[in-house]
Amino acid sequence: MTEAFIHLDNVKKVYRTRGKEFLAVSQATFDVEQGELVSLVGPSGCGKTTLLKILAGLHGFDGGVVRIGSGKQPFNPARDIGMVFQQPLLLKWRRIIDNVMLPAEILGLPQAAARARAYELLDLVGLKGHEDKYPYELSGGMQQRASIARALVHDPKLILMDEPFGALDALTREKMNLELLQIWAKAKKTIIFVTHGITEAVFLGTRVVVLTAGPAKMADNFEVDIPMPRTLDVRNTEKFGEYTRRIYRLLGME
Amino acid sequence: MSGSNEQVQRYALAVLSHLILVAAWHFFVVYGKIPKIVMPSPYDTIHALLVPNYRWLENIAATSIEVFGGFLLAAVFGILTALMFSWFRYLEMFAMPLLVSLNMIPKVALGPLMIVWLRYGIWPNTLMAFAICFFPIVLTTARGLREVEPDLLDLVRTLRGSRWQLFVKIQLPGALPYIFSGMKVAAILAVAGAIVGEFLGSERGLGYLMLQVQVTLDTAAMFMAVILITLIGGVLYGIVLGLERYFVVKDARIQ
Repeated sequence: MTEAFIHLDNVKKVYRTRGKEFLAVSQATFDVEQGELVSLVGPSGCGKTTLLKILAGLHGFDGGVVRIGSGKQPFNPARDIGMVFQQPLLLKWRRIIDNVMLPAEILGLPQAAARARAYELLDLVGLKGHEDKYPYELSGGMQQRASIARALVHDPKLILMDEPFGALDALTREKMNLELLQIWAKAKKTIIFVTHGITEAVFLGTRVVVLTAGPAKMADNFEVDIPMPRTLDVRNTEKFGEYTRRIYRLLGME
Repeated sequence: MSGSNEQVQRYALAVLSHLILVAAWHFFVVYGKIPKIVMPSPYDTIHALLVPNYRWLENIAATSIEVFGGFLLAAVFGILTALMFSWFRYLEMFAMPLLVSLNMIPKVALGPLMIVWLRYGIWPNTLMAFAICFFPIVLTTARGLREVEPDLLDLVRTLRGSRWQLFVKIQLPGALPYIFSGMKVAAILAVAGAIVGEFLGSERGLGYLMLQVQVTLDTAAMFMAVILITLIGGVLYGIVLGLERYFVVKDARIQ
Protein backbone atom coordinates (compact mmCIF):
# COMPACT_ATOMS: atom_id res chain seq x y z
CA MET A 1 0.00 0.00 0.00
CA THR A 2 1.68 3.17 -1.17
CA GLU A 3 1.13 6.49 0.54
CA ALA A 4 -1.16 8.99 -1.10
CA PHE A 5 0.24 12.30 -2.36
CA ILE A 6 -2.07 14.25 -0.08
CA HIS A 7 -3.46 12.73 3.08
CA LEU A 8 -6.02 14.38 5.36
CA ASP A 9 -7.27 12.66 8.45
CA ASN A 10 -10.07 14.11 10.55
CA VAL A 11 -8.93 17.70 10.00
CA LYS A 12 -10.65 20.26 12.16
CA LYS A 13 -10.48 24.04 12.24
CA VAL A 14 -12.13 26.33 14.74
CA TYR A 15 -12.35 30.11 14.50
CA ARG A 16 -12.60 32.09 17.70
CA THR A 17 -14.11 35.55 17.63
CA ARG A 18 -15.09 37.46 20.76
CA GLY A 19 -15.04 34.37 22.94
CA LYS A 20 -17.34 32.44 20.62
CA GLU A 21 -16.17 29.36 18.80
CA PHE A 22 -17.13 28.74 15.25
CA LEU A 23 -16.50 25.41 13.57
CA ALA A 24 -15.09 26.09 10.11
CA VAL A 25 -13.98 22.59 9.08
CA SER A 26 -14.49 19.19 10.65
CA GLN A 27 -14.16 15.50 9.88
CA ALA A 28 -12.21 16.21 6.70
CA THR A 29 -10.71 12.87 5.76
CA PHE A 30 -9.62 12.10 2.23
CA ASP A 31 -6.63 11.19 0.12
CA VAL A 32 -5.56 12.68 -3.17
CA GLU A 33 -3.31 10.86 -5.60
CA GLN A 34 -0.85 12.71 -7.77
CA GLY A 35 -2.46 13.86 -11.02
CA GLU A 36 -6.01 13.86 -9.67
CA LEU A 37 -8.42 16.75 -10.13
CA VAL A 38 -10.43 16.91 -6.95
CA SER A 39 -13.51 19.10 -6.60
CA LEU A 40 -14.32 20.45 -3.15
CA VAL A 41 -17.99 21.32 -3.33
CA GLY A 42 -20.43 22.73 -0.82
CA PRO A 43 -22.53 25.74 0.14
CA SER A 44 -21.01 28.92 1.55
CA GLY A 45 -19.91 28.42 5.14
CA CYS A 46 -19.01 24.75 4.60
CA GLY A 47 -15.31 25.44 5.01
CA LYS A 48 -14.13 24.66 1.49
CA THR A 49 -12.04 27.81 1.17
CA THR A 50 -10.68 27.34 4.69
CA LEU A 51 -9.66 23.80 3.82
CA LEU A 52 -7.94 25.07 0.69
CA LYS A 53 -6.01 27.61 2.74
CA ILE A 54 -4.98 24.92 5.19
CA LEU A 55 -3.60 22.93 2.26
CA ALA A 56 -1.81 26.07 1.03
CA GLY A 57 -0.17 26.42 4.43
CA LEU A 58 -1.85 29.80 4.95
CA HIS A 59 -4.01 28.65 7.85
CA GLY A 60 -3.20 26.45 10.80
CA PHE A 61 -5.68 23.81 11.98
CA ASP A 62 -6.88 22.58 15.34
CA GLY A 63 -6.91 18.84 14.98
CA GLY A 64 -6.19 15.95 12.70
CA VAL A 65 -3.43 15.29 10.22
CA VAL A 66 -2.50 17.07 6.99
CA ARG A 67 0.33 15.61 5.00
CA ILE A 68 1.35 16.57 1.48
CA GLY A 69 4.07 14.66 -0.31
CA SER A 70 5.70 11.41 0.67
CA GLY A 71 9.05 9.69 0.43
CA LYS A 72 8.55 8.90 -3.22
CA GLN A 73 6.67 12.10 -4.04
CA PRO A 74 8.65 14.94 -2.51
CA PHE A 75 6.79 18.18 -1.93
CA ASN A 76 8.33 21.55 -1.15
CA PRO A 77 5.60 23.84 0.20
CA ALA A 78 7.48 26.98 -0.85
CA ARG A 79 7.81 25.93 -4.46
CA ASP A 80 5.12 23.42 -5.21
CA ILE A 81 1.90 25.37 -4.76
CA GLY A 82 0.17 27.40 -7.44
CA MET A 83 -2.86 29.47 -6.50
CA VAL A 84 -5.82 30.65 -8.57
CA PHE A 85 -8.45 32.85 -6.94
CA GLN A 86 -11.97 33.92 -7.80
CA GLN A 87 -10.60 37.22 -9.10
CA PRO A 88 -7.70 37.06 -11.57
CA LEU A 89 -5.73 39.50 -9.36
CA LEU A 90 -3.34 40.42 -12.12
CA LEU A 91 -1.09 43.40 -11.42
CA LYS A 92 -2.55 46.24 -13.48
CA TRP A 93 0.82 47.80 -14.20
CA ARG A 94 2.42 44.65 -15.58
CA ARG A 95 1.99 43.20 -19.03
CA ILE A 96 0.45 39.72 -19.18
CA ILE A 97 3.82 38.02 -19.68
CA ASP A 98 5.28 39.87 -16.68
CA ASN A 99 2.26 38.98 -14.58
CA VAL A 100 2.81 35.31 -15.37
CA MET A 101 6.47 35.76 -14.40
CA LEU A 102 5.67 37.00 -10.88
CA PRO A 103 6.02 33.68 -9.00
CA ALA A 104 9.24 32.91 -10.87
CA GLU A 105 10.61 36.30 -9.81
CA ILE A 106 9.64 35.82 -6.19
CA LEU A 107 11.21 32.37 -6.12
CA GLY A 108 14.33 33.67 -7.86
CA LEU A 109 14.19 31.10 -10.66
CA PRO A 110 16.50 31.50 -13.67
CA GLN A 111 14.73 34.25 -15.58
CA ALA A 112 15.40 33.26 -19.19
CA ALA A 113 14.11 29.73 -18.73
CA ALA A 114 11.11 30.91 -16.74
CA ARG A 115 10.28 33.43 -19.44
CA ALA A 116 10.37 30.81 -22.14
CA ARG A 117 8.11 28.66 -19.99
CA ALA A 118 5.75 31.60 -19.39
CA TYR A 119 5.36 32.05 -23.17
CA GLU A 120 4.63 28.33 -23.54
CA LEU A 121 2.03 28.46 -20.79
CA LEU A 122 0.30 31.47 -22.29
CA ASP A 123 0.10 29.47 -25.50
CA LEU A 124 -1.32 26.53 -23.53
CA VAL A 125 -4.08 28.64 -21.97
CA GLY A 126 -4.94 30.18 -25.34
CA LEU A 127 -3.40 33.62 -24.87
CA LYS A 128 -0.81 33.49 -27.64
CA GLY A 129 -0.48 36.96 -29.11
CA HIS A 130 -1.69 38.68 -25.94
CA GLU A 131 1.60 38.45 -24.03
CA ASP A 132 2.42 42.14 -24.24
CA LYS A 133 -1.03 43.46 -23.42
CA TYR A 134 -2.05 44.94 -20.12
CA PRO A 135 -4.72 43.17 -18.04
CA TYR A 136 -7.36 45.83 -18.74
CA GLU A 137 -7.11 45.00 -22.43
CA LEU A 138 -8.33 41.44 -21.80
CA SER A 139 -11.79 40.09 -20.95
CA GLY A 140 -12.51 38.54 -17.55
CA GLY A 141 -12.17 35.01 -18.91
CA MET A 142 -8.85 35.82 -20.59
CA GLN A 143 -7.55 37.41 -17.39
CA GLN A 144 -8.44 34.27 -15.48
CA ARG A 145 -6.56 32.17 -18.04
CA ALA A 146 -3.52 34.38 -17.51
CA SER A 147 -3.80 33.79 -13.77
CA ILE A 148 -3.87 30.02 -14.42
CA ALA A 149 -0.68 30.39 -16.44
CA ARG A 150 0.78 32.35 -13.52
CA ALA A 151 -0.10 29.49 -11.16
CA LEU A 152 1.78 27.06 -13.41
CA VAL A 153 4.91 29.08 -14.21
CA HIS A 154 7.08 27.76 -11.38
CA ASP A 155 6.06 24.21 -12.26
CA PRO A 156 4.39 23.44 -8.92
CA LYS A 157 3.09 19.96 -8.14
CA LEU A 158 -0.20 21.16 -6.66
CA ILE A 159 -2.61 23.77 -8.01
CA LEU A 160 -5.19 25.17 -5.60
CA MET A 161 -8.16 26.90 -7.20
CA ASP A 162 -10.69 28.85 -5.18
CA GLU A 163 -13.87 29.24 -7.25
CA PRO A 164 -11.79 30.44 -10.21
CA PHE A 165 -14.75 30.70 -12.58
CA GLY A 166 -17.26 32.00 -10.05
CA ALA A 167 -17.09 35.56 -11.32
CA LEU A 168 -17.52 34.67 -14.99
CA ASP A 169 -20.74 34.55 -16.97
CA ALA A 170 -22.34 31.12 -17.48
CA LEU A 171 -21.19 30.67 -21.07
CA THR A 172 -17.58 31.66 -20.42
CA ARG A 173 -17.64 29.43 -17.38
CA GLU A 174 -18.57 26.34 -19.43
CA LYS A 175 -15.87 27.16 -21.92
CA MET A 176 -13.32 27.57 -19.14
CA ASN A 177 -14.39 24.22 -17.66
CA LEU A 178 -13.56 22.49 -20.91
CA GLU A 179 -10.28 24.33 -21.20
CA LEU A 180 -9.29 23.58 -17.64
CA LEU A 181 -9.67 19.86 -18.39
CA GLN A 182 -7.39 20.27 -21.40
CA ILE A 183 -4.84 22.25 -19.42
CA TRP A 184 -4.96 19.67 -16.65
CA ALA A 185 -4.45 16.82 -19.14
CA LYS A 186 -1.45 18.55 -20.72
CA ALA A 187 0.15 20.01 -17.59
CA LYS A 188 -0.32 16.79 -15.59
CA LYS A 189 -0.78 18.55 -12.27
CA THR A 190 -2.70 17.68 -9.15
CA ILE A 191 -5.53 20.19 -8.91
CA ILE A 192 -7.84 20.89 -6.01
CA PHE A 193 -10.78 22.89 -7.23
CA VAL A 194 -13.16 24.66 -4.85
CA THR A 195 -16.63 25.41 -6.18
CA HIS A 196 -20.23 25.74 -5.12
CA GLY A 197 -21.40 24.60 -8.53
CA ILE A 198 -22.51 20.97 -8.29
CA THR A 199 -22.51 20.37 -12.04
CA GLU A 200 -19.11 21.97 -12.32
CA ALA A 201 -17.76 19.84 -9.49
CA VAL A 202 -18.85 16.57 -11.10
CA PHE A 203 -17.91 17.64 -14.61
CA LEU A 204 -14.34 18.55 -13.65
CA GLY A 205 -13.54 16.17 -10.84
CA THR A 206 -11.91 12.79 -10.97
CA ARG A 207 -13.02 12.83 -7.36
CA VAL A 208 -15.55 14.93 -5.52
CA VAL A 209 -15.37 15.82 -1.85
CA VAL A 210 -18.65 17.19 -0.50
CA LEU A 211 -18.70 19.53 2.47
CA THR A 212 -21.84 20.62 4.27
CA ALA A 213 -22.50 23.67 6.40
CA GLY A 214 -24.08 24.25 9.80
CA PRO A 215 -22.10 22.59 11.33
CA ALA A 216 -19.30 22.50 8.77
CA LYS A 217 -18.19 18.97 8.09
CA MET A 218 -17.14 16.67 5.33
CA ALA A 219 -20.12 14.66 4.13
CA ASP A 220 -18.94 12.58 1.20
CA ASN A 221 -15.96 11.65 -0.90
CA PHE A 222 -16.37 9.66 -4.09
CA GLU A 223 -14.61 8.94 -7.34
CA VAL A 224 -16.28 10.13 -10.54
CA ASP A 225 -16.21 7.18 -12.90
CA ILE A 226 -16.58 9.09 -16.15
CA PRO A 227 -13.60 8.73 -18.48
CA MET A 228 -11.50 11.64 -19.67
CA PRO A 229 -11.49 13.50 -21.99
CA ARG A 230 -14.99 14.68 -21.18
CA THR A 231 -17.24 16.76 -23.39
CA LEU A 232 -20.21 18.84 -22.30
CA ASP A 233 -22.45 15.96 -23.42
CA VAL A 234 -21.47 13.81 -20.44
CA ARG A 235 -23.68 16.05 -18.34
CA ASN A 236 -26.72 14.50 -19.99
CA THR A 237 -25.77 10.92 -19.13
CA GLU A 238 -27.54 8.86 -16.51
CA LYS A 239 -24.31 8.40 -14.54
CA PHE A 240 -23.68 12.14 -14.35
CA GLY A 241 -27.22 12.65 -13.07
CA GLU A 242 -26.66 10.05 -10.36
CA TYR A 243 -23.58 11.88 -9.14
CA THR A 244 -25.24 15.29 -9.04
CA ARG A 245 -28.32 13.84 -7.30
CA ARG A 246 -26.02 12.28 -4.73
CA ILE A 247 -24.62 15.70 -3.92
CA TYR A 248 -27.99 17.47 -3.95
CA ARG A 249 -29.27 14.87 -1.51
CA LEU A 250 -26.39 15.54 0.88
CA LEU A 251 -27.02 19.25 0.72
CA GLY A 252 -30.68 18.67 1.54
CA MET A 253 -31.93 20.00 -1.74
CA GLU A 254 -33.87 17.08 -3.13
CA MET B 1 -8.89 56.30 -36.15
CA SER B 2 -12.15 57.57 -34.74
CA GLY B 3 -10.49 57.59 -31.32
CA SER B 4 -7.77 60.04 -32.34
CA ASN B 5 -10.34 62.04 -34.26
CA GLU B 6 -12.40 62.43 -31.12
CA GLN B 7 -9.29 63.50 -29.25
CA VAL B 8 -8.61 66.26 -31.76
CA GLN B 9 -12.19 67.43 -31.36
CA ARG B 10 -11.82 67.37 -27.60
CA TYR B 11 -8.69 69.54 -27.69
CA ALA B 12 -10.17 71.90 -30.27
CA LEU B 13 -13.26 72.47 -28.15
CA ALA B 14 -11.16 73.06 -25.02
CA VAL B 15 -9.05 75.66 -26.81
CA LEU B 16 -12.22 77.20 -28.20
CA SER B 17 -13.83 77.65 -24.78
CA HIS B 18 -10.71 79.43 -23.52
CA LEU B 19 -10.60 81.72 -26.52
CA ILE B 20 -14.28 82.54 -26.09
CA LEU B 21 -13.64 83.51 -22.48
CA VAL B 22 -10.88 85.92 -23.53
CA ALA B 23 -13.04 87.34 -26.32
CA ALA B 24 -16.01 87.80 -23.98
CA TRP B 25 -13.71 89.54 -21.51
CA HIS B 26 -12.46 91.85 -24.28
CA PHE B 27 -15.93 92.78 -25.56
CA PHE B 28 -17.33 93.20 -22.07
CA VAL B 29 -14.62 95.71 -21.15
CA VAL B 30 -14.57 97.58 -24.47
CA TYR B 31 -18.31 97.81 -25.18
CA GLY B 32 -19.34 98.01 -21.54
CA LYS B 33 -17.02 100.99 -21.13
CA ILE B 34 -15.65 99.50 -17.94
CA PRO B 35 -13.00 101.77 -16.36
CA LYS B 36 -9.49 100.34 -16.54
CA ILE B 37 -9.20 100.57 -12.75
CA VAL B 38 -12.11 98.18 -12.30
CA MET B 39 -11.30 95.78 -15.11
CA PRO B 40 -8.54 96.10 -17.71
CA SER B 41 -8.95 94.63 -21.20
CA PRO B 42 -6.84 91.61 -22.22
CA TYR B 43 -4.66 94.02 -24.20
CA ASP B 44 -4.06 96.28 -21.17
CA THR B 45 -3.30 93.24 -19.09
CA ILE B 46 -0.58 92.07 -21.46
CA HIS B 47 0.65 95.61 -21.74
CA ALA B 48 1.34 95.63 -17.98
CA LEU B 49 4.24 93.27 -18.69
CA LEU B 50 6.11 96.16 -20.26
CA VAL B 51 6.48 98.10 -17.03
CA PRO B 52 10.13 97.41 -16.10
CA ASN B 53 9.58 98.59 -12.54
CA TYR B 54 7.51 95.51 -11.81
CA ARG B 55 10.50 93.22 -12.40
CA TRP B 56 8.26 90.44 -13.65
CA LEU B 57 10.97 87.87 -14.25
CA GLU B 58 12.42 88.23 -10.80
CA ASN B 59 8.98 87.96 -9.20
CA ILE B 60 7.98 84.98 -11.34
CA ALA B 61 11.25 83.28 -10.37
CA ALA B 62 10.66 83.93 -6.66
CA THR B 63 7.11 82.56 -6.69
CA SER B 64 8.14 79.60 -8.85
CA ILE B 65 10.91 78.66 -6.44
CA GLU B 66 8.48 78.77 -3.53
CA VAL B 67 5.82 76.74 -5.34
CA PHE B 68 8.11 74.11 -6.82
CA GLY B 69 10.37 73.98 -3.79
CA GLY B 70 7.51 73.59 -1.33
CA PHE B 71 5.85 70.97 -3.52
CA LEU B 72 9.05 68.99 -3.99
CA LEU B 73 9.82 69.01 -0.27
CA ALA B 74 6.28 67.88 0.47
CA ALA B 75 6.48 65.10 -2.14
CA VAL B 76 9.81 63.78 -0.82
CA PHE B 77 8.98 63.99 2.88
CA GLY B 78 5.34 63.04 2.39
CA ILE B 79 6.16 59.84 0.54
CA LEU B 80 8.98 58.99 2.98
CA THR B 81 6.66 59.52 5.94
CA ALA B 82 4.01 57.28 4.43
CA LEU B 83 6.66 54.62 3.73
CA MET B 84 7.78 54.73 7.36
CA PHE B 85 4.15 54.41 8.42
CA SER B 86 3.71 51.32 6.28
CA TRP B 87 6.93 49.74 7.57
CA PHE B 88 6.39 50.55 11.23
CA ARG B 89 2.78 50.04 12.19
CA TYR B 90 3.20 51.49 15.66
CA LEU B 91 4.74 54.63 14.24
CA GLU B 92 1.62 55.09 12.14
CA MET B 93 -0.67 54.49 15.13
CA PHE B 94 1.42 56.97 17.09
CA ALA B 95 1.98 59.73 14.57
CA MET B 96 -0.91 59.57 12.12
CA PRO B 97 -3.53 60.91 14.58
CA LEU B 98 -1.11 63.67 15.46
CA LEU B 99 -0.74 64.57 11.79
CA VAL B 100 -4.51 64.61 11.42
CA SER B 101 -4.78 67.01 14.37
CA LEU B 102 -2.01 69.24 13.03
CA ASN B 103 -3.73 69.28 9.66
CA MET B 104 -6.74 70.86 11.37
CA ILE B 105 -4.67 74.02 11.81
CA PRO B 106 -5.44 76.38 8.97
CA LYS B 107 -1.96 76.65 7.50
CA VAL B 108 -2.60 80.29 6.63
CA ALA B 109 -2.84 81.06 10.34
CA LEU B 110 0.76 79.95 10.71
CA GLY B 111 1.96 82.64 8.33
CA PRO B 112 2.73 85.36 10.88
CA LEU B 113 4.54 82.80 13.03
CA MET B 114 6.66 81.59 10.15
CA ILE B 115 7.70 85.16 9.50
CA VAL B 116 8.69 85.52 13.16
CA TRP B 117 10.73 82.34 12.95
CA LEU B 118 12.20 82.64 9.49
CA ARG B 119 12.00 86.35 8.66
CA TYR B 120 10.73 87.67 5.34
CA GLY B 121 11.76 85.96 2.16
CA ILE B 122 11.51 82.84 0.14
CA TRP B 123 11.89 80.39 3.03
CA PRO B 124 8.73 81.02 5.02
CA ASN B 125 6.69 81.00 1.82
CA THR B 126 8.25 77.75 0.65
CA LEU B 127 7.48 76.31 4.05
CA MET B 128 3.89 77.49 3.74
CA ALA B 129 3.55 75.72 0.38
CA PHE B 130 5.14 72.65 1.95
CA ALA B 131 2.77 72.70 4.93
CA ILE B 132 -0.27 72.77 2.68
CA CYS B 133 1.01 70.05 0.29
CA PHE B 134 2.41 67.63 2.83
CA PHE B 135 -0.72 66.13 4.32
CA PRO B 136 -2.64 65.15 1.18
CA ILE B 137 0.48 63.39 -0.10
CA VAL B 138 1.04 61.47 3.15
CA LEU B 139 -2.61 60.51 3.35
CA THR B 140 -3.01 59.19 -0.20
CA THR B 141 0.37 57.45 -0.23
CA ALA B 142 -0.33 55.73 3.11
CA ARG B 143 -3.70 54.63 1.79
CA GLY B 144 -2.18 53.32 -1.43
CA LEU B 145 0.41 51.32 0.47
CA ARG B 146 -2.33 49.79 2.63
CA GLU B 147 -4.51 48.70 -0.27
CA VAL B 148 -3.07 45.31 -1.10
CA GLU B 149 -5.56 42.63 -2.10
CA PRO B 150 -5.57 40.02 0.70
CA ASP B 151 -5.53 37.20 -1.87
CA LEU B 152 -2.47 38.71 -3.50
CA LEU B 153 -0.83 38.72 -0.09
CA ASP B 154 -1.70 35.01 0.20
CA LEU B 155 -0.18 34.37 -3.21
CA VAL B 156 3.12 35.91 -2.11
CA ARG B 157 2.97 34.05 1.20
CA THR B 158 2.53 30.65 -0.44
CA LEU B 159 5.71 31.38 -2.38
CA ARG B 160 7.45 32.42 0.86
CA GLY B 161 8.08 35.85 -0.63
CA SER B 162 9.88 38.33 1.58
CA ARG B 163 8.44 41.53 3.00
CA TRP B 164 10.77 43.42 0.68
CA GLN B 165 9.60 41.54 -2.42
CA LEU B 166 6.02 42.24 -1.49
CA PHE B 167 6.89 45.92 -1.14
CA VAL B 168 8.87 46.30 -4.35
CA LYS B 169 6.76 44.14 -6.63
CA ILE B 170 3.25 44.78 -5.35
CA GLN B 171 2.87 47.41 -2.65
CA LEU B 172 4.87 50.29 -4.10
CA PRO B 173 3.78 50.00 -7.75
CA GLY B 174 0.23 49.53 -6.48
CA ALA B 175 0.51 52.72 -4.44
CA LEU B 176 1.83 54.78 -7.35
CA PRO B 177 -1.60 55.83 -8.68
CA TYR B 178 -2.50 57.00 -5.16
CA ILE B 179 0.76 58.91 -4.81
CA PHE B 180 -0.01 60.72 -8.04
CA SER B 181 -3.57 61.51 -7.05
CA GLY B 182 -2.19 63.09 -3.85
CA MET B 183 0.42 65.03 -5.81
CA LYS B 184 -2.21 66.36 -8.20
CA VAL B 185 -4.20 67.76 -5.29
CA ALA B 186 -1.00 69.12 -3.74
CA ALA B 187 0.12 70.78 -6.99
CA ILE B 188 -2.92 73.03 -6.92
CA LEU B 189 -2.63 73.75 -3.21
CA ALA B 190 1.08 74.60 -3.47
CA VAL B 191 0.41 77.82 -5.37
CA ALA B 192 -2.17 78.97 -2.84
CA GLY B 193 0.31 78.33 -0.01
CA ALA B 194 3.09 80.33 -1.63
CA ILE B 195 0.86 83.29 -2.52
CA VAL B 196 -0.67 83.51 0.94
CA GLY B 197 2.85 83.55 2.31
CA GLU B 198 3.74 86.41 -0.01
CA PHE B 199 0.62 88.34 1.00
CA LEU B 200 1.53 88.08 4.66
CA GLY B 201 5.02 89.34 4.30
CA SER B 202 7.55 89.23 1.56
CA GLU B 203 9.76 91.41 -0.54
CA ARG B 204 9.58 89.40 -3.74
CA GLY B 205 7.13 87.29 -5.69
CA LEU B 206 3.91 87.79 -7.60
CA GLY B 207 1.83 87.96 -4.42
CA TYR B 208 4.10 90.70 -3.13
CA LEU B 209 3.80 92.52 -6.45
CA MET B 210 0.00 92.36 -6.27
CA LEU B 211 0.02 94.16 -2.95
CA GLN B 212 2.38 96.80 -4.33
CA VAL B 213 0.31 97.60 -7.40
CA GLN B 214 -2.91 97.50 -5.40
CA VAL B 215 -1.78 100.73 -3.77
CA THR B 216 -1.41 102.43 -7.16
CA LEU B 217 -4.61 100.85 -8.47
CA ASP B 218 -2.79 99.24 -11.40
CA THR B 219 -5.49 96.63 -11.88
CA ALA B 220 -3.96 95.47 -15.17
CA ALA B 221 -0.78 94.40 -13.36
CA MET B 222 -2.87 92.60 -10.74
CA PHE B 223 -4.71 90.73 -13.49
CA MET B 224 -1.39 89.80 -15.06
CA ALA B 225 -0.05 88.60 -11.74
CA VAL B 226 -3.09 86.37 -11.20
CA ILE B 227 -2.69 84.93 -14.70
CA LEU B 228 1.00 84.22 -14.10
CA ILE B 229 0.30 82.63 -10.72
CA THR B 230 -2.28 80.40 -12.39
CA LEU B 231 0.22 79.49 -15.10
CA ILE B 232 2.84 78.49 -12.53
CA GLY B 233 0.29 76.20 -10.91
CA GLY B 234 -0.71 74.91 -14.33
CA VAL B 235 2.87 74.07 -15.25
CA LEU B 236 3.40 72.17 -11.99
CA TYR B 237 0.13 70.30 -12.47
CA GLY B 238 1.07 69.54 -16.07
CA ILE B 239 4.43 68.10 -15.02
CA VAL B 240 2.76 65.85 -12.43
CA LEU B 241 0.18 64.76 -15.01
CA GLY B 242 2.92 64.02 -17.55
CA LEU B 243 4.87 61.93 -15.03
CA GLU B 244 1.67 60.07 -14.16
CA ARG B 245 1.01 59.28 -17.80
CA TYR B 246 4.54 57.96 -18.09
CA PHE B 247 4.65 55.89 -14.91
CA VAL B 248 1.09 54.73 -14.34
CA VAL B 249 -0.75 52.38 -16.69
CA LYS B 250 -3.95 53.93 -18.02
CA ASP B 251 -6.27 51.55 -16.22
CA ALA B 252 -4.70 52.15 -12.82
CA ARG B 253 -4.89 55.95 -12.83
CA ILE B 254 -7.10 57.58 -10.24
CA GLN B 255 -9.03 60.51 -11.63
